[in-house]
Amino acid sequence: MRFIPAIVTCGVLAATGLSPVNAADISGAGATFPYPIYAKWADAYKKETGSSLNYQSIGSGGGIKQIQAKTVAFGATDMPLSGPELNKDGLTQFPTVLGGVVPVINIEGVKPGELTLDGATLARMFMGQIKTWNDPAIAKLNPGVKLPTQAVVVVHRSDGSGTTFVFTDYLSKVHADWKTKVGASTAVEWPAGLGAKGNEGVANNVAQTKGAIGYVEYAYAKQTKLNYTKMVNLDGKAVAPTSASFTAAAANANWEGTPGFGVILTNQSGPESWPIAAATFILMHKKPQKPADSAEALKFFTWAYTKGGKMAEDLDFVPMPEKVVGAVQKSWAEIKDDKGQPVFAASK
Amino acid sequence: MAEAAIPTAPVITFSTRAQALDRLRRSDAIFHVLTRAAAMTLLAILGGVIVSLFIGSLPAFNAFGFNFVFEERWNPVTERFGALAPIYGTVITSFIAMLIAVPIGLMIALFLTELCPMWLRRPLGIAIELLAGIPSIIYGIWGLFLFAPFLQSTLQPLLIATFGNVPFLSSLFEGPPYGIGVLTASLILAIMVLPFITSISRDVFEAVPPVLKEAAYGIGCTTWEVFRNVVLPYTRVGVIGGFMLGLGRALGETMAVTFVIGNAHKISASILAPGTTISATIANEFTEAVGDIYTSSLIALGLILFVITFIVLAIARYLLARIERRIG
Repeated sequence: MRFIPAIVTCGVLAATGLSPVNAADISGAGATFPYPIYAKWADAYKKETGSSLNYQSIGSGGGIKQIQAKTVAFGATDMPLSGPELNKDGLTQFPTVLGGVVPVINIEGVKPGELTLDGATLARMFMGQIKTWNDPAIAKLNPGVKLPTQAVVVVHRSDGSGTTFVFTDYLSKVHADWKTKVGASTAVEWPAGLGAKGNEGVANNVAQTKGAIGYVEYAYAKQTKLNYTKMVNLDGKAVAPTSASFTAAAANANWEGTPGFGVILTNQSGPESWPIAAATFILMHKKPQKPADSAEALKFFTWAYTKGGKMAEDLDFVPMPEKVVGAVQKSWAEIKDDKGQPVFAASK
Repeated sequence: MAEAAIPTAPVITFSTRAQALDRLRRSDAIFHVLTRAAAMTLLAILGGVIVSLFIGSLPAFNAFGFNFVFEERWNPVTERFGALAPIYGTVITSFIAMLIAVPIGLMIALFLTELCPMWLRRPLGIAIELLAGIPSIIYGIWGLFLFAPFLQSTLQPLLIATFGNVPFLSSLFEGPPYGIGVLTASLILAIMVLPFITSISRDVFEAVPPVLKEAAYGIGCTTWEVFRNVVLPYTRVGVIGGFMLGLGRALGETMAVTFVIGNAHKISASILAPGTTISATIANEFTEAVGDIYTSSLIALGLILFVITFIVLAIARYLLARIERRIG
């Protein structure tokens, strides 16, 4: 009982705006997925320029709320807003880094990358229809792999998450039943399995439960050394989750033709494309109340695009393709002050 | 300077009796107002929480009516929410936890007050208080990393194998051993409420006048008979108070439960299956709840937990009053 008021208070604080920390020149809030790289960029940026970034990783939903309430210079979300949604609040949107969602498994005797799954099989496992690991559907995709009779234990996120959105969006695209019965969102009504909080929660549960399958951000799969699966992509090729296969998925996307660059990178064509790739996005007001703050934020992202690529790779994120970065920086001209002047001129 | 002035002050005001009395009356009045203000603050906070929970939950109740309480589905995509699964999870985990913690807690308290050798009393008492001081997040992490894998490989397969062919019980202990689930959450809760029940019971047991117990022993009662017929009747109000404090903690416990219950919005017959509780649901989903109905449904869950706690307290008061009347 005594926790409820505390949580409600947190919620109220999140809704009304977190008080900005005095020392921070740039304030942002939102998605937890890119938090590690934003934090690393902020640290390096502070050393180089003296300006600091205060990024609250409160979740994509919170990031959207905060930017709508104009309490931060930028919001961050893993689930891109659509054109009409952006226009409604006078927002502009652009991607910062790419990543991928990776199915992770815990089966004895199966080596990392040895098991291959396709979208429909993955969807049926997460619907609880495939109950054991030696199911014919899995066996057919994996000739020569010795599969145990073990029960499939599905592990999903219990908290709302951009990771869940990317994963369920993919399953919706490849399995009609999933689309009608479950759908795609940051939180869904899971037909089977158990929930764990955060990427690390899912990773821990999978690591501890024999026969488990879950999904985590690539960085977590790599850092926790979990056993990942290959996936059959739209072109029918089995690919492993790597920076290269995430980049391949991004290369074929129609970035400039999508409002706010809001491309959802799941199930992209291309023989090398990882099917569950994703970009993470920044939201800013087109007519900010404090143009100077927005200019500072854009300065930071310009720096991140030009100098942050190596750091992103170190943390298993993938930098945006150069072509997309150019288009993004052109789009920043839309962010204007009271006099109708762009708040920030990208020095190219 | 100022400190030196204080002791001399009464001497001056005692010049007349009326003045002195007046002064005392005034200080009494101030004291009265202050204490009453403190008490009223409590009521104001409680009232404020209830009112804000009520207002916050209005959109959910407008959308779903009272069906909200009886609906099991919890679907953020179609925005159809029902509170039955978390309500069930909250009640069942607390129930199992109390089922385990109450007898053990009473036994520990009895051992400490009646049977324990003097040299062991202090270490045991301190151990119980330390157990109460462990933050719930630690219980959660410990539960997830050590306790759940342990249960998955030992207790749960044993339960499944033992009760697999027993009617009714087989459905209670059904399914693959996940490690985490309703039973694991209940066991963690039992450990968490144990110190509350134990330390309060011990304190009230110690308050039993020795002459009563000695008289009972004197006429040939066993330790059990003394406990059953002297100690327990004498201390029932305090003991039940301890239960209520423990139950209150179990009902509202958030972090530890979130880690080990499995967070699935489902009502399963099996206590090995994953479930969820009201506070775990709120903790999990509040940050990413998008849309008014979703947020409002979570706040409505908070209101329901409030009501459940109130009902539990009311039942406890009623039971207590009945026992009082019967025994006189």
